[in-house]
Amino acid sequence: MANALRIQPLEDRVYGNNGVILQPLEACERISLRAEDKAIAGLGKAIGLALPKKPGTSSEKNGIIAMWIGPDEWFVTAPEGTGLEAKIDKVKTGLYSAVSINHRNTGLTISGKNAVNALNSGCPRDLSLTVFPVGACSRTMIAKAEVILYRTDEQEFRVECWRSFSDYVWKYLMDAARSA
Amino acid sequence: MSAPSVNTGANRVAGKGRLSPAKTVSFTFDGKSYNAMEGDTLASALLANGIHLVGRSFKYHRPRGILGAGPEEPNALMGISRDKARFQPNVRATCQEVFDGMDAKSQNRFPSLEFDVGAVNDGLGRFFPAGFYYKTFMWPQSAWDKLYEPIIRRAAGLGDSPTEADPDHYANRFAHCEVLVVGGGAAGLTAAKAAAASGKRVIIADENPIMGGSLLSDSVVKLNGKTGSDWAASIVSELEAMDNVTVLPRTTAFGYYNHNMVTLAERVTEHMANPDPELPRERMWQVRAEKVILATGAIERHLVFPDNDRPGIMMASAAGTFLNQYGVTPGANVAVYTSCDSAWQVAFDLKEAGVNIPAIIDQRDAIDDALLARAAELGITVKKAHAVTKTRGRLRVKEITIEPVNGVSSEAIPVDCLLMSGGWTPSVHLFSQSRGRVKFDEDSGTFLPDIYTEDCVSVGCCNGTMDMEAALAEALTAAKEAVGGRARKAPKVENASSMNGFKIGSSKGAGPEDFTKAFVDFQNDVTAKDIRLAVREGFQSIEHVKRYTTNGMASDQGKMSNMHGLAIAAEMLDKPIPEVGLTTFRSPYTPVTFGTLVEHNKGELFDVTRRTPMYDWAAKHGAAFEDVGNWKRAWYFPKAGEDMHAAVNRECVATRKAAGIFDASTLGKIEVVGPDAVKFMNMMYTNPWDKLAVGRCRYGIMCREDGFVYDDGVVARMAEDRFHVTTTTGGAPRVLNMMEDYLQTEFPEWKVWLTSTSEQWAVIAVQGPKAREIIEPLVEGIDLSNEAMPHMSVREGKIFGIPTRLMKVSFTGEAGFEINVPADFGQSVWEAIWERGEPMGLTPYGTEAMHVMRAEKGFIIVGQDTDGTVTPQDAAVGWAIGKKKADFVGIKGLQRPDLIGKGRKELVGLKTIDPKIVLEEGAQIVDNPNHPIPMPMIGHVTSSYWSEVLGHSIAMALVVDGHSRMGETLHVPMPDSVIKVEICSPIFYDPKGERTNG
Amino acid sequence: MLKIHCPYCEEDRPELEFHGAGEAHIARPTNMAELSNEDFEKFFFIRDNDKGIVFERWRHLHGCGRFFNAARHSVSDKFIKTYKAGEKKPKLTKKEIEAVLPPAKSTPANEAVWTIEKEGKK
Repeated sequence: MANALRIQPLEDRVYGNNGVILQPLEACERISLRAEDKAIAGLGKAIGLALPKKPGTSSEKNGIIAMWIGPDEWFVTAPEGTGLEAKIDKVKTGLYSAVSINHRNTGLTISGKNAVNALNSGCPRDLSLTVFPVGACSRTMIAKAEVILYRTDEQEFRVECWRSFSDYVWKYLMDAARSA
Repeated sequence: MSAPSVNTGANRVAGKGRLSPAKTVSFTFDGKSYNAMEGDTLASALLANGIHLVGRSFKYHRPRGILGAGPEEPNALMGISRDKARFQPNVRATCQEVFDGMDAKSQNRFPSLEFDVGAVNDGLGRFFPAGFYYKTFMWPQSAWDKLYEPIIRRAAGLGDSPTEADPDHYANRFAHCEVLVVGGGAAGLTAAKAAAASGKRVIIADENPIMGGSLLSDSVVKLNGKTGSDWAASIVSELEAMDNVTVLPRTTAFGYYNHNMVTLAERVTEHMANPDPELPRERMWQVRAEKVILATGAIERHLVFPDNDRPGIMMASAAGTFLNQYGVTPGANVAVYTSCDSAWQVAFDLKEAGVNIPAIIDQRDAIDDALLARAAELGITVKKAHAVTKTRGRLRVKEITIEPVNGVSSEAIPVDCLLMSGGWTPSVHLFSQSRGRVKFDEDSGTFLPDIYTEDCVSVGCCNGTMDMEAALAEALTAAKEAVGGRARKAPKVENASSMNGFKIGSSKGAGPEDFTKAFVDFQNDVTAKDIRLAVREGFQSIEHVKRYTTNGMASDQGKMSNMHGLAIAAEMLDKPIPEVGLTTFRSPYTPVTFGTLVEHNKGELFDVTRRTPMYDWAAKHGAAFEDVGNWKRAWYFPKAGEDMHAAVNRECVATRKAAGIFDASTLGKIEVVGPDAVKFMNMMYTNPWDKLAVGRCRYGIMCREDGFVYDDGVVARMAEDRFHVTTTTGGAPRVLNMMEDYLQTEFPEWKVWLTSTSEQWAVIAVQGPKAREIIEPLVEGIDLSNEAMPHMSVREGKIFGIPTRLMKVSFTGEAGFEINVPADFGQSVWEAIWERGEPMGLTPYGTEAMHVMRAEKGFIIVGQDTDGTVTPQDAAVGWAIGKKKADFVGIKGLQRPDLIGKGRKELVGLKTIDPKIVLEEGAQIVDNPNHPIPMPMIGHVTSSYWSEVLGHSIAMALVVDGHSRMGETLHVPMPDSVIKVEICSPIFYDPKGERTNG
Repeated sequence: MLKIHCPYCEEDRPELEFHGAGEAHIARPTNMAELSNEDFEKFFFIRDNDKGIVFERWRHLHGCGRFFNAARHSVSDKFIKTYKAGEKKPKLTKKEIEAVLPPAKSTPANEAVWTIEKEGKK
C-alpha cells in the first residue's frame, strides 16, 4: 500500500521580520497526561524524567519535555520515534490517563529580540524573565486562541495550539511582529 | 524649498519657541494652503497665519475660534485627511501635529465657515433651550418618522464619518510594570526618574509629543538652573537610556480599569508626512501596573461672561503655550481677563514679545504686589475688581466692554484677542475612573482626590498641589512608596509662577437676571442660562442636569465646563457645591479611534477561521463553504451549471444509491478515561452505559439539570475504562466544560479524566450501499462484514496504513462508516478513499446534503430541532433515557410537572399537502387559520427540506401535543398564502432502519 | 480587566484566562431523583445575587483548567481570596472585609453605586 502523506497545518511556512522569526514545529509525539499522585513517580521513571510538581514549571531531558499544565495534568512531548505511549502503558502503579494529542496540537517557535513584544500583542501575561523564566510553561491565550506557551530561551518560545487555530495564531503573530 | 524664505505666518516671534524655522511643512485648511514649522500643532500653525475662526458651534452654529492648546479644546475640531482613505473627524487642532501635505477641514458649517446657514439657529436661540430635543419634537406623533427624526439625524453628531475602509493597521501591547506614571510634566518626570532608579519597570506616558507639560510653556521657571524645557529634555533622555523604562510620548492614558489596568492610546504615525506603512498607525497599550502615579496636571478654566465664545477669545495658558512653545502670538492687541495669577505671566510674556496689552482685567481686588509691580514696570494697565461684560466682533472679537465688578460705569476697549483664566481644575479624570472618591476643597474651589480604591497616587496639580516645589516633593514621596529604596533629591526650583486665585460659576453679566449667552460648555453649546433653566424645571441631581443640558457630555467630558456648571447649579439650588456633587468622569479621557480599539482584530484576524484537514481537498473540488461556528465547512459541491438545490439533490441521491463521502472532522470528541468512566458516563448522559460492550457504539443524549436537551452524539466504548465520546460541532467546548464542572466540583473522588480529542482525529464519513466495498481494500486488521462489525460498532485497525478508529455508524440512514484517523493524515486517507471510490460512484457531499439525509431519517440536530426548552421525550428520543437509573444530570428536572404534563411541544414530521411546497424553517403553525386575532400559535417548523429521494418536501416541527396528533391537518400561514400540512412521523425514509445493515 | 489569583497555579493571572461560573457552595443534592419540586427550585433556580460580598465560582479555563471559588465584593470588584474547589466557605475577618469595601461616600454623587447595606449580611 502506498504511504500516507502527513500534512501538518503550518507546513512549509516561514516568517522573519522586525526582530521576530516564526518557524513551524517539527512533527513530534505529544501526550496529554493526567495522573493521580500515586502514579507520578512511576510515570516519571517510564518517561525518563521527573514530572514537575511546581505550577508553571517544566522538566526536560534528551528532548523529552514534561510541562506542568494543571495540578494533575502534564503536557509531555518528545521527538518522533520516542514511543512515549508505549513507555507510559507499562506503568502499573496508580491511576492515570494518557491520551495522544500529537495531531490535535501543532505549533511554532517564535524567536528574536522582539519575540516577547510580538507575543504580548495578543498574550496578556507578564513575559518578563523574572515572572516567566526560561523553562516556564503555561496554558494561556494569544488573542482569541488558547495556546500552551513554553519559554525555551530568553528570546525564544514554543507556542502550541490546536491545529485549526494555528493559521490564526501564525497570522496574528505575523501582524504583531510588524508592530513589535 | 529653501527654508529661510518660507513664510510660516505673520504672527511668529523670532527666537521664541522650540521649533526651527529651517524645517517647514505645508498644509491646507478648508482648501487654502499654508506653511507651518515642523512640530507645529494645527492650532499653532493656524494662529501663526492669523486664523482664529476654525469652526461652528454644535447647536447654534456660532463662529468659534481656538480656545485652548491641549486636549481640553472644545471648539477647534477638524476633519483631518492624509489621503482619501485616511480621514478622521473631530480631531483636536490643538493636539494634531501638522505634517507636510495634511488636509484639514472645519466642521459643522454649510456652505462655508464664514457664511453658515445653520447660524440662523443662533437667532432662534430661544427655541433651543436646555432639553430642546425633548420639548420641540413632542407632537404630532406622525411627524416623527418623516420630519423630526430626519432633521435630528442630520443636525446631530459632529463631523463626518470616513467613507472608505481604513487602510492602516493598528497594534496592541499588553504590558506589565511596577510603576506607571501618567503625565510627563515636572511632577511626572520627577516621579518616573526616582522610580526608575530602583531598576524596576517604569512606564511613563504623556499625551503630548514632547514631555515637560507646563514647563515647556513657562518662560521663567528654572529647575536645577536649567530652563523648564531643557530640564525636561534632560530627564527624558536619561529615562530613554534606561532599559527598565518605557517612555511613551503622544500617548494618552484614556481608561482606568480594575486592578490597576490602564489603557493607553499611542499615536505612532499621526504626525508623520510619509509614515512607513509597516508602522502601526496607533497602538493600544493595556498596562497592568503595580502602582500608578497620576501626574495628570490641571486644566485651566475659562470665565463665564456674555458672548465669551467669539473667535479671538482664548485661554490665557493657551496663549502662553502658543508663544513659548511655538513662537506664535494670538493677536497684536491682547487684553487679559482673569481671576488667577497665572494669566499675568502670559501678559508679561506677550508684552515682552512686542504685543500690545491694553489691559489686564482682574476680577479680584487684592492682587499680589509682585505682579502689580511687574505690570507697572512693563507699562501694562491693570483693572482690578473689573469684569468683561460684553464683547463684539462677528468672526473675531474686536472690542470688549469692561465694568467694575461692583459698579455700573463701562469702558470699551478695542482688542483683537482676549485671554481669560478662571483658575485651574485638577485633572482628576483618571482618578475618578479608578472609582476613587473626590472631595471638595473650598479654599481652591476644586475637587481633589480623597479616597483611593486602586493602588494609585496623585501628585502635583492633579492633586491640588499647585506649588511646584511641593509637587516635586510629592512626586518623590510617591515614587519611594512605590519602589522603596532611599529618598531622592528634588531638583531646585526657581521662579515658579503662582497659580493662585480662581473663579467658578458665572461672572458679572451672566447672572440669573441677564439675558445673555454666556457659555459654560463650548462643545455642547450650553450656557449659564440653560443650567439655570434645568434647575428651575426641577432637575436637582447634577447627573440629571448634565444629561438634560448635555453639559460636560460627549467627547469633551467636562474638562473645562464641569466646575462652572456645578457652581451655577449649586447657586440655583442654594446648596453648597459638595452637596450637589460632581458627575462621574467616564472613559475615554479623550476620544479613541475605532482602529485603536480594534487593534489587530480586523480582516483575517477579526475572528478565528477553523479549517479541517480536508479543507484544501474540498476547496480544490469546488466546494461552497458555510460558516458553522468558527469552522468553514464544505456546504455542497456544485458541478458546472448546478445551483445549490441541484447539487444537494444529486449528492443525496448518489449517497443513497452508491456512496457519499463527507468530512465530519468538526464533531467534538472527548476521550473519557479511567476506572470510573462508566459511572461518569451514566451521570452525564440520560442513557445507561453499563451494558455497552467494548467495541460497540451508542447514541447518547445529554441534558442539563433542568431536563432540557443539552447535546447529543455517538459514544464508542474503546475499552472497559475508555470511551470515545462525540459531541455536536458547536457543543464541543460547552460539553467538555460541563463535564469538567461535574467531575471537579461534584465528583472529585471519581477516577476518570477527560481530554479533548476533537482535533486529534480527522473524521471521514463514507455512507451508502457501496461504502464497505469502497473502503474494504484499504482497511487492515478489521473484519468489515456485517456479522463481525454490525451497525453501531467500533474497531481499531489501519486504513491506508494509518491507525484508525473505525466506526460503523450512520447519520444518513445508509450503511456507513465514520473513519477516524490522526488529523494530519486526514487528507491523504480521504484521497485514497476517493481514488478508489470515485469510479464506483462515490460522491462528496456537504453539510446541506447531510442535513437533508438526516432529516429524511428524523434524526434531530440539537440547537435546530431543539432550542433549550425541549426534553428528550419532546424530541422523540425518550427511549434514550435509562429508566432504571438512580441518578443522572436531568433526572429530577425531567420529573417536573410542566415537563411531563399535556401541552408540551413535541417533535413531529410534517408533510405538506402540496408535496412541492417546501416550508420555511421557523414558520409558525396554527390549528385554524381563520381563528380571530390573537391567533394561537401551536408550534413552529424546525427543519425543512426538499427530498429528491422521496420526491416530496419534508419537515420537522415542534407542535403542542404533536405525538398524539398523527394524521391531523394543520396550517402554516405565510404572507401570501396558508399552507396545509399533515402531521406524520419524522422518519420519512426507511422507517424500519433496514438500510443500515445493507 | 480583573486580576485573579488562581489557587492552583499560585499566581495572579489576567481575567482573559478565566470564565465565571456562578454562585459557589451550591452542592448538587445526592438524592436528586427524590428531590421535591420546591427543593429542586431552590437548588437549580434560586440564587442570592447579592450586591456586596459574594462567593462565586471561576474556572481557570485557559490556564490549569481548574474550577475554584472566590470571595469578592461585587461593587468594588476586589477579591478577598480565592480557594480551591471543595474547600469550605471561608470565614472572613473584619480586616479582610474592610480591605475590599468601596469607599464610604464623600460626595453625594452616585450614592446608589456605593450603597453597602448588605455588607456583613453573609
